[in-house]
Amino acid sequence: MAAAEQTTLEEIRRGLSWRKQLDKVFVAIGLALLFGCLAVLAILFFDLLRDGASRFGWDFFTNFPSRKAERAGILSAWVGTSLIMFVTALVALPVGVAAAIYLEEYAPKNWFTNIIEINVTNLAGVPSIVYGLLALGLFVYAFNFGQSVLSAGLTLALLILPIVIVATRESLRAVPKAIREAAYGLGATRWEVTKDHVLPYSTGGILTGLILGLSRAIGETAPIITIGALSFIAFLPPAPISGEFPFLNFEWLTSEFTAMPIQMFNWVSRPDQAFQANAAAAGAILLGMTLLMNAIAIWIRYRFRKKINW
Amino acid sequence: MNQASSPRNTRAFASLRYRKTRDRIVELVLLAAGLVAVFTTVAIVVILVYESSAFFEHVSIKEFLTDTMWTPLFADARYGILPLVSGTLTVTGVALLVAIPVGTLIAIYLSEFAAHRLREMVKPVLELLGAVPTVVFGYFALLMVTPQLQKIWPDLPGFNMLSAGLVIGLMIVPYVASIAEDAMRAVPRYMREGSYAMGATRLQTALRVVVPGAFSGIAAAYILGISRAVGETMVVAIAAGMMPNLTFNPTEPAATITAFIVQVSLGDLPHDSIGYQSIFAAGLVLMVMTLVLNVIGFFLTRRFREAY
Repeated sequence: MAAAEQTTLEEIRRGLSWRKQLDKVFVAIGLALLFGCLAVLAILFFDLLRDGASRFGWDFFTNFPSRKAERAGILSAWVGTSLIMFVTALVALPVGVAAAIYLEEYAPKNWFTNIIEINVTNLAGVPSIVYGLLALGLFVYAFNFGQSVLSAGLTLALLILPIVIVATRESLRAVPKAIREAAYGLGATRWEVTKDHVLPYSTGGILTGLILGLSRAIGETAPIITIGALSFIAFLPPAPISGEFPFLNFEWLTSEFTAMPIQMFNWVSRPDQAFQANAAAAGAILLGMTLLMNAIAIWIRYRFRKKINW
Repeated sequence: MNQASSPRNTRAFASLRYRKTRDRIVELVLLAAGLVAVFTTVAIVVILVYESSAFFEHVSIKEFLTDTMWTPLFADARYGILPLVSGTLTVTGVALLVAIPVGTLIAIYLSEFAAHRLREMVKPVLELLGAVPTVVFGYFALLMVTPQLQKIWPDLPGFNMLSAGLVIGLMIVPYVASIAEDAMRAVPRYMREGSYAMGATRLQTALRVVVPGAFSGIAAAYILGISRAVGETMVVAIAAGMMPNLTFNPTEPAATITAFIVQVSLGDLPHDSIGYQSIFAAGLVLMVMTLVLNVIGFFLTRRFREAY
């Protein structure tokens, strides 16, 4: 009798230690996969740096694209990207924040609000190339903006709108009810409560959302190819600021353009090996900018979280 | 003396009326911004349907859905979407073979095993993997993954769906892992504790209690991952070749729906040509595929958020 109990206990112990071993094996697999993914990211970045190393230099940033790989640069590409990002931020920030404020602070709970919310969720899942088709039909032909910086900026603004809206809503939701009620108690209207109390506390979250959105937009290639971005542009759009009156001009909005990812795509798809170094260099810069923007976003979120004590 | 008619109160009331009117106006402006989202969806549907309807005046729906050749830019044009669909499905299939196991295992590890601090540190870094521009992933697939694969299979062509699919799979791992982890964390603590109390280890609890409990959320993660893979463009446009090919063999080059749209856009087609209209027909098919997946995913995530 006693012996039988001994063996069962022994068996249980053995089973238990086996099961605990499995736990450890799983932890090892999980860690390996996790760090494997992170390693791929690192390998990707360092490979781009290594392959493109020969091309980094002042000339690369100040030369136009060229038929000769060693003389080709990204001047028109980075200028184009900067202008597009400017338009995108200028449109996506006010529209996204306003939509988020409406949904979070104003909207009544009814079917109509539900429709807007479902739309925002759905738009986040629409493939980016479909935005390109939308822009081609709507901005380029129906509104007649042409294959311009304006069309590209508006397209990318629509593309990142869901990101800005979701981030803004989250940061508005994080502001405690008590703050709003204190302001209402002093007789403030809803807009005064939002503008003077809720928005200042959510600036960090809104900025984070905008930067993450822009970091997505900066690498988007498919929608602006669909609009008809050209990859061989050896001129710059007219400068937005000039020496003579009225100092600002908006001709650059309707200018044709190229952008960093388009330039990279063009170089990758050439069979000539020499251009692949250019592609790697452009890719390293593009990836570096994306990573930098993400790092800034994480830093801002961290700073604001630390600064605010409810 | 009547209180309300004193000059001070009149001023206060006027100011209040002004502020209330301003509040109404602001509300309308904000509503207009919210409607941009609705407008975008409507515009997408209207434009895709309008431009494809011109396409379907030339091409019968039967030909579109059953012809096995897609050559709209050739003199002898054929308009069968099947080769593009087969390319899309093959690439998606390969991507899922990577993303589903890796994403799920990472999600289980992060949700059930990782220490809080590790999780908080690793998650943003993992999300960076999903933030890499897709054109960079395309470069990766064509110039790094394919040469490595060719060392194993020397007769693998330079353009193939295998390397594009593998890289897309890697790209959507963070996405799948993040949604699946959310779902697992929504499983209430007492269910885990009940399982521990019965003598189960962490792994047993994870696999037999948490994963089944989070099933609808994990399914949503897979479905939204599929939708991402179907809509992915640049990786396939760069690494898979742009030749429509009715095959399910991932070692062959082929075009996907998205790659075809890019290919046509790179050329300079006149606005009202059938080639131009064909990209909207292809886009409509893509939109329908992703919309169905997204709607299923939406209801599945809603279910796991409400279940507990």
